[in-house]
Amino acid sequence: MKRIMLYFSIGILFGITMIKSEAASWFRIYEMFQFKSFHMYGIIGAAVVLGVIITQSIKRFKLRSFFGEEIHIPNKTKLVKAPLFGGVIFGLGWALTGACPGPIYVLIGAGYFPLVVVLASALLGTYCYGVLRPKLPH
Amino acid sequence: MNFITEPWPWYIGGPAIAVVLFLLLFSEKQFGMSSNLRTLCAMAGAGKKTAFFNFEWRQYRWNLVVAIGAAVGGFIATTYMSDGSVGDIHQDVVLQLDAMGVRGAGKDFMPETFFNADAFSNPKTLALLALGGFLVGFGTRYAGGCTSGHAISGLSNLQLQSLIAVIGFFIGGLLMNHFLLPYLL
Repeated sequence: MKRIMLYFSIGILFGITMIKSEAASWFRIYEMFQFKSFHMYGIIGAAVVLGVIITQSIKRFKLRSFFGEEIHIPNKTKLVKAPLFGGVIFGLGWALTGACPGPIYVLIGAGYFPLVVVLASALLGTYCYGVLRPKLPH
Repeated sequence: MNFITEPWPWYIGGPAIAVVLFLLLFSEKQFGMSSNLRTLCAMAGAGKKTAFFNFEWRQYRWNLVVAIGAAVGGFIATTYMSDGSVGDIHQDVVLQLDAMGVRGAGKDFMPETFFNADAFSNPKTLALLALGGFLVGFGTRYAGGCTSGHAISGLSNLQLQSLIAVIGFFIGGLLMNHFLLPYLL
């Protein structure tokens, strides 16, 4: 129960951050792909620089979690085609709806209810990928 | 500036995302929001027919809790932490979008035409939202992650395939933004 409240709180912090930083804003995503503002690059860049420090410190110093366990950071598989082709497909959808999977939930909570359509079709898209997976190049 | 009601600059927003990553890693979890879509498919029973969804989804319930929290956070930020102002959008972008019939840049958080309740009665808008959502759902799972899983967590772990994915995000995004959106809107 304690852990559930922890995950719930982390989600709230994430949701507040997506709105307050405007990373969930369609206009900001559009502006980013037009290279007209540093804002989104600053957000992602700052998060990645700090993320590298956090992640590499965990690995290097074998830091322990809040619960005293070793932190295991899984390496993703060494694929090239799947991240490239999948990435391009996701990019098309991201620039169209302005929503990555995280902000979809955030924006529905914020009252932009047409995102429910995006969530439903994203579930369908994920399902179709699962069905077609054996036939796709990876 | 007032950090409660005014929009955050990038140097607050970026580190706040890093705090989310920090908290999840130290809770023995990973930062990746798109895996929820797979978990939801598995919960709905997709694993009976498709091997990809045949996994122990119960161990990923924590990630759904994060998603519900994210929705609550979106509500809190919009309802209690906003004076209605938004950050400046570049004037070129405002004019360009105006010319395409997309109003509200620099005034509203989102383009009202797509994201207020009227969208439900506009077949073209619904079709675009559905198309975009489908591409997001299909693409993230194919790529093995989205902006949080690849661009933040993956790059932080110095993974080559996350860099490839992020390059893919931008190829697709630039194609849509520069060549397709002007015809679709």
